[in-house]
Amino acid sequence: MSDALHNQSWQGYLRPDGRKGIRNLVLVIYTVECAQHVSYAIANGEEDTHVIGFPGCYDNAYAIRLMLALARHPNVGAVLSVGLGCEYTQPEKIADAVRASGRPAEWFFIQQAGGTRTSVAKGKEIVARLRAQIRKETPRVTMTPADLTVGCECGGSDGTSGLAGNPAVGAFFDRLVDAGGRAVFEETVEMIGLREHMLARAANPEARQQLAGAYDKAERYCRSVRQWSVSPGNFAGGLTTIEEKSLGAFAKGGTRPIQGVIRVAEQPRGPGLWILDSVPDEHFMQFGYTNPNDTEGLMDLISAGSQIVLFVTGRGSVIGSPVAPLIKITGNSATFRAMEEDMDFDAGRVLAGEMTIAQAGDALADLVTRVAAGNPSKPEQLGHREYFIMYKHQETPSLAAGCRA
Amino acid sequence: MKPRCFQIQPQDNVATLIDDAISGPVEVIGASRSELIAPEKIDRGHKVALCDVAAGEAIMKFGVRIGHATRPISRGAWVHLHNLTSDLDDRSGTLDLHTGAPTDTTTAYV
Repeated sequence: MSDALHNQSWQGYLRPDGRKGIRNLVLVIYTVECAQHVSYAIANGEEDTHVIGFPGCYDNAYAIRLMLALARHPNVGAVLSVGLGCEYTQPEKIADAVRASGRPAEWFFIQQAGGTRTSVAKGKEIVARLRAQIRKETPRVTMTPADLTVGCECGGSDGTSGLAGNPAVGAFFDRLVDAGGRAVFEETVEMIGLREHMLARAANPEARQQLAGAYDKAERYCRSVRQWSVSPGNFAGGLTTIEEKSLGAFAKGGTRPIQGVIRVAEQPRGPGLWILDSVPDEHFMQFGYTNPNDTEGLMDLISAGSQIVLFVTGRGSVIGSPVAPLIKITGNSATFRAMEEDMDFDAGRVLAGEMTIAQAGDALADLVTRVAAGNPSKPEQLGHREYFIMYKHQETPSLAAGCRA
Repeated sequence: MKPRCFQIQPQDNVATLIDDAISGPVEVIGASRSELIAPEKIDRGHKVALCDVAAGEAIMKFGVRIGHATRPISRGAWVHLHNLTSDLDDRSGTLDLHTGAPTDTTTAYV
């Protein structure tokens, strides 16, 4: 049944916590918008060096947890965090937390290093040293699909997303779960209208309770902000209501039982299929939007330890992601033809009768395995590393509050 | 070749066009097979009614209720923002039929 993932293996990178990565990256982290330009200038032209950060001067536990999850991600081998010097978020505490995970990490304040050019030169020297160290010292290890966590979200959906793009991912997720891997999907605000349908998929009573809690919070949130996760592009593409979009979006969850709900920066508690809740918790100022754009959703999925993320689009998209390679899938063959330089997979072949959903799931499994083995996805080849996070309030009792606490 | 629309579940009363339709015959494939007549040009990705639907009646797709009809809909007709609204989203009935753009925010741009 899961032939596409049987006997597949490739060489990955072993991290001190036992997790395995498919890339060996140096991550440059800016701790305020003021350090953003210098951080990107440090990474510019450097191989295997990506940038993340947080623009706010006043810190936020959600944002710090998310950055730490990316900094200690299986695809990341070393970190340089760069601050300006005035901000609340402390680059030294980020470096300390990364070092405690067994990875080399360094940090500096721009105000102490000098100006732009001095800081960029200093940062490039550190990045070169960290990269040489992790290339020499990171143990290589055999990986199989059971070592993979794969996240998926959809964006720019049209009428084909629910018919072909998301069901193809659902078929792949079934295969990944059967092979012992972890599959994560999110956007509980795009499960609105499906409460009973979703609860019926719970693996056990505890999972059912978590799903009910996440669903009810998402519905209260949408009502209170009068913002349902459906946009003009979706309507123009033929989707009419949030309930309709939800069903199409939920199809990416395949058919296997849902093991439970994780929150941003939490890791799945075991193999199988998981739902990621990225909706803000009730808070005195309704702090933050659930998914302000596709990129923050991808960052949430990567924070769950996804070594690869999948993005399903109908209308088309040209984003990528830092830390974990993005694979772009469309159920719309016209979009695939128009944007072939950006699109990795044409699930529209299902609608044309050229392949079944099951065959699409197998073909997607092959593609994921190739990218895991080191072949760059199209967004990776094009150098797309869009990154975005913003203020949000989310209680995550199982995680430390972050470097501020 | 006639344009085609795809019915996902047998209980669905709408199907999704997988080709652009002009006014004329459309082939229904998927959970059932038949032919219907589109009264106008309808883009692929959009929905057409598989039977006559009364105002207030549920619209079913994927075997699940996706909202309700706001006016009577005849078999073959385009089903979208002008005749189908969400049970939950109170802005859903106010959107521009062709672009989906909100029409309740005119004062925000002044």
